Amino acid sequence: MSRVEAFLRFLWDFVVGDDWRIAVGVVVALGVTALVAGTSVAAWWILPVAVVGLLGVSVWRAAGR
Amino acid sequence: MSGQELGLAISVFLACAVEAVEALTIVLAVGVTRSWRSAFTGVGAAVLVLAALTAVLGPALTSLPINVLRVIVGGLLLIFGLQWLRKAVLRASGFKALHDELESYDEEVTAARTAGELDAGLDAYSFTISFKGVLLEGLEVVFIVLTFGANQHNVGLAAVAAGVAVLVVVIAGFAVHAPLSRVPENALKFGVGVMLTSFGMFWGAEGAGAGWPGGDAALLAIIPLTLAFALGLVAALRRRARLAAAPEAVRGEAVRA
Repeated sequence: MSRVEAFLRFLWDFVVGDDWRIAVGVVVALGVTALVAGTSVAAWWILPVAVVGLLGVSVWRAAGR
Repeated sequence: MSGQELGLAISVFLACAVEAVEALTIVLAVGVTRSWRSAFTGVGAAVLVLAALTAVLGPALTSLPINVLRVIVGGLLLIFGLQWLRKAVLRASGFKALHDELESYDEEVTAARTAGELDAGLDAYSFTISFKGVLLEGLEVVFIVLTFGANQHNVGLAAVAAGVAVLVVVIAGFAVHAPLSRVPENALKFGVGVMLTSFGMFWGAEGAGAGWPGGDAALLAIIPLTLAFALGLVAALRRRARLAAAPEAVRGEAVRA
């Protein structure tokens, strides 16, 4: 493995960690929050709902393996 | 000190203490087995690199517009916090082995003993292992110091909290002259995961343009609710493990109940 590959792998493990779905879910939830915040609808609840879904599904899947 | 600054100091202190315990185990193992001087040189070199990273990235982060900073910091804290919390929940419910400092120490000692002859002068093995150990554990601390500190425009307070945590762990480690196996590492990681996730949600939503009901006071609800949810997950997973291990008849009764 080249040094660049090793560094990119380290960066991936460092930021994304064991479950990439969490990282993708957080980015999507932030995007949805920004979109909804631009309307007249309250947007503060979107991240808490995302946290409940992402963490719940992630640990449940990991425990089922 | 405001509530957010207190949250910053506690989060950084706990996160740094956990990482310092893990780094101390590595340094103690190579120091006791091979060369203290080389191990300490490795620690010093790693601390210099971490300090340089903080000095370069800190001002770069604080120069970003506040909403951009909050979305980036909130998103990263949320990803990082959820990963910490995921591991801590799985460990607390028995689905992942608890981190054992004594076992890690024994592994490091065995590796150090079988790593060949001790070099004259600076021992390359002791230097490299200490350097890598402190750098890798320290990077997580730098990340937390920078994200919390930059967002609060108080990198200094975050750095002081991190420094105090390292000092406490180092003094405790050298007082007992052994790995700090009695530190409740998973409970600390659980706490850090809750704090990172809570602040990540709070700042991420604010940066994206959402306003929390009650403003800063919303954190007083977000932190305990996040903790309660994580503890609820631990209880649900433990119940799932018990049901999976129980005989068929008992499982049927539990489902009917």
